[in-house]
Amino acid sequence: MWFLAPAFAILLVFFFLPTLFNFIYAFTDWSGFKSAITPVGLDNFTQLVSDGALVRAVRITLVYAVLVALFQNLFGFALAVLLERDNRLNRVARVFFLVPVLMSALAVGYIFQAFLRPQGSLNGLIGTVLGRSFDYAWLGDTTWTIVVVAVIHAWKWMGLSMLIYLAGLKTIPDDLLEAARIDGASRSRAFWTIKFPLLAPAVTFNVATALLGSMNGFDIVQATTGGGPARTTEILNIFIYRTFGQGLFAQATAMSLVLFLLVALLAFPVIRMLRRREAVL
Amino acid sequence: MTKAQPVAVIALVLGLIGVPLWLVVVTAGKSQGEALNPDLSLPQRWQLLENLRQVWSDGEVPTAFFGSLLVVVPTVAALLVFGSMASWVLARRATRLNAVLYALGISGIVLPPAVVTVVLLLRQLGLAGSAVGMVGVYTGIYMSTVIFFVTGFVRTIPPALEEAAQIDGAGPFMVFWRIVLPLLRPVLATATILICLYVWNDVFYAFFVIGGRLDTLPLNLFRVASAGLHLNNWHLIFSYVLLMSLPLVVVLAVAQRKIVAGITGGAVK
Repeated sequence: MWFLAPAFAILLVFFFLPTLFNFIYAFTDWSGFKSAITPVGLDNFTQLVSDGALVRAVRITLVYAVLVALFQNLFGFALAVLLERDNRLNRVARVFFLVPVLMSALAVGYIFQAFLRPQGSLNGLIGTVLGRSFDYAWLGDTTWTIVVVAVIHAWKWMGLSMLIYLAGLKTIPDDLLEAARIDGASRSRAFWTIKFPLLAPAVTFNVATALLGSMNGFDIVQATTGGGPARTTEILNIFIYRTFGQGLFAQATAMSLVLFLLVALLAFPVIRMLRRREAVL
Repeated sequence: MTKAQPVAVIALVLGLIGVPLWLVVVTAGKSQGEALNPDLSLPQRWQLLENLRQVWSDGEVPTAFFGSLLVVVPTVAALLVFGSMASWVLARRATRLNAVLYALGISGIVLPPAVVTVVLLLRQLGLAGSAVGMVGVYTGIYMSTVIFFVTGFVRTIPPALEEAAQIDGAGPFMVFWRIVLPLLRPVLATATILICLYVWNDVFYAFFVIGGRLDTLPLNLFRVASAGLHLNNWHLIFSYVLLMSLPLVVVLAVAQRKIVAGITGGAVK
């Protein structure tokens, strides 16, 4: 039984205790400007609500997470279908799509910051195709930049989703598809009515990890926009990082608690699903 | 579809992966003036080596590399040993208490860590800004992932071998080291790949915990890039990106089969 001790001691000290502290220090005036810490009740939250920061950061985080989950699965699924056959070209291509997965997210962010500059390469390429100069500020649009950043996030992780979809496709027995073909099903019909439903476990896994991963995102947003323009891409972790840097520790803690509650609220169905999946295995 | 497929594959690889990587390589080879506005053109004169040498010293690459190792290696070791010890018990003894402990143990997969208060805790423990503190925080964050993967795997191994060893008089430590741990090799490989991927590239938790008192590769990239963006030193930023990504690309090229099997091994059976 004491084999459990080291792992749970680490979890207790470095994971559960800080989480518990979250529930305490979010209701204090802890800051970098004075040494005393006194309880202030709900002041941090009323302030965050009244200046609109709370609602905005939560909304942006949710929009970002949904967009990332959507794009990452769309790209990953399309790549898996395209590269399903096991030949040499496809195997090499799969490895190339894994390069961004292994790269530092910060590095990915800087690459795209350079690529998407108003005078950058993408606009140069578009300009060549259109035959006139094109200088859209991809990372400077208060409405659409969050979509662009979500696409970059999805680009980094699409190789991972692709691998999981490929593994899912491999589990589908060939005789099922053959039976469908003998019964006269067309290729696309066999795909959508047989393969697609059987990929359900891979879909749930991919969607869940993409949603949770992007709610906890930081690096890509920091390296591309830093939360801008006009804070329209400031997801919760960027807000926490910025207020922490300003010495407003209690506000950062309050926001960290909001992120915790938000994820916990969305995660309970996910945990239940993971455990049910495991019972099946 | 079948005839156009190879063409589509090559076009997608070149367009989606090739163009961004090309941008990195050509910009890293340019002079500062030429790289002011990074584009896809070839440099007039390649000065890749000079740029690499400059970031090697400016970004303190050797120090940062050892800083990263100093954090990643103990984290992986602690996670694998302690995680599989706990998982073994959790998988083999189906008591009510263990079910609760398991649920607690894997809760960290989804729940985000409390990054701000962990700093306060480390200060109280006297570990703020130290490698030990950082290792502790990463181990706490990723313990859940290891417990989840390894417990699932242990359940698929028949307990007969362990029982036989026990009858032969081996103590629990002996059984664990000689019988269980070797059997866990495939799932431990998966866990190692995932942890390395997360910890090696992490900056977010490192910002809070280390706070500039230890160099790691991603933290120094952030420093080089923050200074570089200000001065428009794109050639240096991309030289650092190149330097930092090269080891990973080499590892991927050498061990791609293992990595692919490792990443998918845990997700879909």
